[in-house]
Amino acid sequence: MSELSKLTIAAARDAMRKGDVTSVELTQACLGEIDKADILGAFVHKTPEIALDMAKAADARKGADAPSMNGIPLGIKDLFCTKGVASQAASGILEGFKPEYESTVTTQLFEAGSVMLGKLNMDEFAMGSSNETSVYGPVVNPWRSDDRELTPGGSSGGSASAVAADLCLAATGTDTGGSIRQPAAFTGITGIKPTYGRVSRWGVVAFASSLDQAGPMTKDVRDAAIMLETMCGHDPKDSTSADLAVPDFEAMLTGDIKGKVIGIPKEYRMDGMPNEIEQLWASGTAMLKDAGAEIRDISLPHTKYALPAYYVIAPAEASSNLARYDGVRFGHRAKMAQGDGITEMYEKTRAEGFGAEVKRRVMVGTYVLSAGFYDAYYNRARKVRTLIKQDFEAVFADGIDAILTPATPSAAFGLGEMADADPIQMYLNDVFTVTVNLAGLPGISVPAGLDKDGLPLGLQLIGRPWEEGDLLNTAYALEQAAGFVAKPNHWW
Amino acid sequence: MSIDTETARRVAKLARIKVDDTALPALAQEFSAIMGFIEQLNEVDVDGVEPMTSVTPQRLKRREDVVTDGSQQEAVLKNAPDAREGFFAVPKVVE
Repeated sequence: MSELSKLTIAAARDAMRKGDVTSVELTQACLGEIDKADILGAFVHKTPEIALDMAKAADARKGADAPSMNGIPLGIKDLFCTKGVASQAASGILEGFKPEYESTVTTQLFEAGSVMLGKLNMDEFAMGSSNETSVYGPVVNPWRSDDRELTPGGSSGGSASAVAADLCLAATGTDTGGSIRQPAAFTGITGIKPTYGRVSRWGVVAFASSLDQAGPMTKDVRDAAIMLETMCGHDPKDSTSADLAVPDFEAMLTGDIKGKVIGIPKEYRMDGMPNEIEQLWASGTAMLKDAGAEIRDISLPHTKYALPAYYVIAPAEASSNLARYDGVRFGHRAKMAQGDGITEMYEKTRAEGFGAEVKRRVMVGTYVLSAGFYDAYYNRARKVRTLIKQDFEAVFADGIDAILTPATPSAAFGLGEMADADPIQMYLNDVFTVTVNLAGLPGISVPAGLDKDGLPLGLQLIGRPWEEGDLLNTAYALEQAAGFVAKPNHWW
Repeated sequence: MSIDTETARRVAKLARIKVDDTALPALAQEFSAIMGFIEQLNEVDVDGVEPMTSVTPQRLKRREDVVTDGSQQEAVLKNAPDAREGFFAVPKVVE
């Protein structure tokens, strides 16, 4: 096991600046770990030659004024379009697709000198909470408590597994309903979804455009601050990208949260919530209080309706976004039978190319947008979304700085365990995270403890819009108090 | 609310996804479960509430009406399953 691939971004940056290590050495260490970890299923397109070229370029540029991300080896979620490198969104319908362009996020990371090790597995089109809907097959969580293979969560399951198993220093993720924060919690790493509009969506395969945001998945909060800063910024190619200055997030990590007001929302105390989650939440609350924060009970009355609203809005947007996969411009086209016209071509292509969960959501979205149902479902869901956002606005107006909740309703579950459950059971994984996407807020998952089986559990902090710096600092204080240092046993 | 097989067939058609007749009843059942879950939204009083159009209160930026990109025919066609003579090729669509 290489020690170099275990480094944080901050430690690797400092070591490179001092000349103690090169990016080529870091990159080779990661590539070695990746080749030994195929059983995890995290990396689905390896790019060792590109990685070494990028590492050499980073080494040529290093020095005290090189960017923080210079020479840092990263895994990139398959949802990001990377020029000339397979970018399939883990879908059969994008088989063979190699974009002629680079996403804004990866452009910014690579211009800052970061190294791409390869593309990471995920749920197909980011639709899933267990990484079991991928055309590449599932990802395995490096954490285990017995002989069972566990899910790393989803949709950014490959990213989570790769970071937790020290195959890379950090990874990109995306989050539409919890797809950064839930897998981060399941694998004992840190993941932040920034405010909607902070990070450009250009070149990221679209799922639900009003909810999708990219963010970093890292080994600690400091790394999240460093990497997020490089990913953020205004992009004229994304009309929803915010034209706001990006602060130096790392410089805001003082760990001082004296006088901050932390809200504890009563609606997040769900019936049947495991005792361990309840205890973790209580101990996280106590930690923030000990650090000098004021704890206040709050109410977010429409919380219960977030998941049903999400399962109207996200499929509706997905059905529209995924209409482009028609076998004409890119990806898979079905073989046609004698007499087939263009409609048969569309129908067969989409039937062959999409997996079951994607088809289900596209059809649900089609239904809620169809004539006669648009008002009853789609417009009603958008009104409920307004109410959910107003819940948050009201508590922030009352002086709440951040909100503490559990990140997930349980620890990681076994792969295949939910196979026979109805889809709603899987959707419930996102019950604590989905409100944040609907309200467009920043949210971060921080590892905070282990359950009775030794599996990691995470807490979520939700911040005010555009105040990622303040949120990261609160997360930093929580991280220091929680002192989570556990690592999975190396079995792979 | 219960979704019948005919509705499932119609939705699959609208979504341009081929679903075999034998798979329609199971699909209809899944839709029914999901729509049943969504029905909870009917409990919420939404009178006078505006449907959300933008989660952040931002005006879309305007830009000069100028050509900023183009002349990339080769790149545009590069990933096409069937490209001929500089065009995407599809089955005949005009009788």
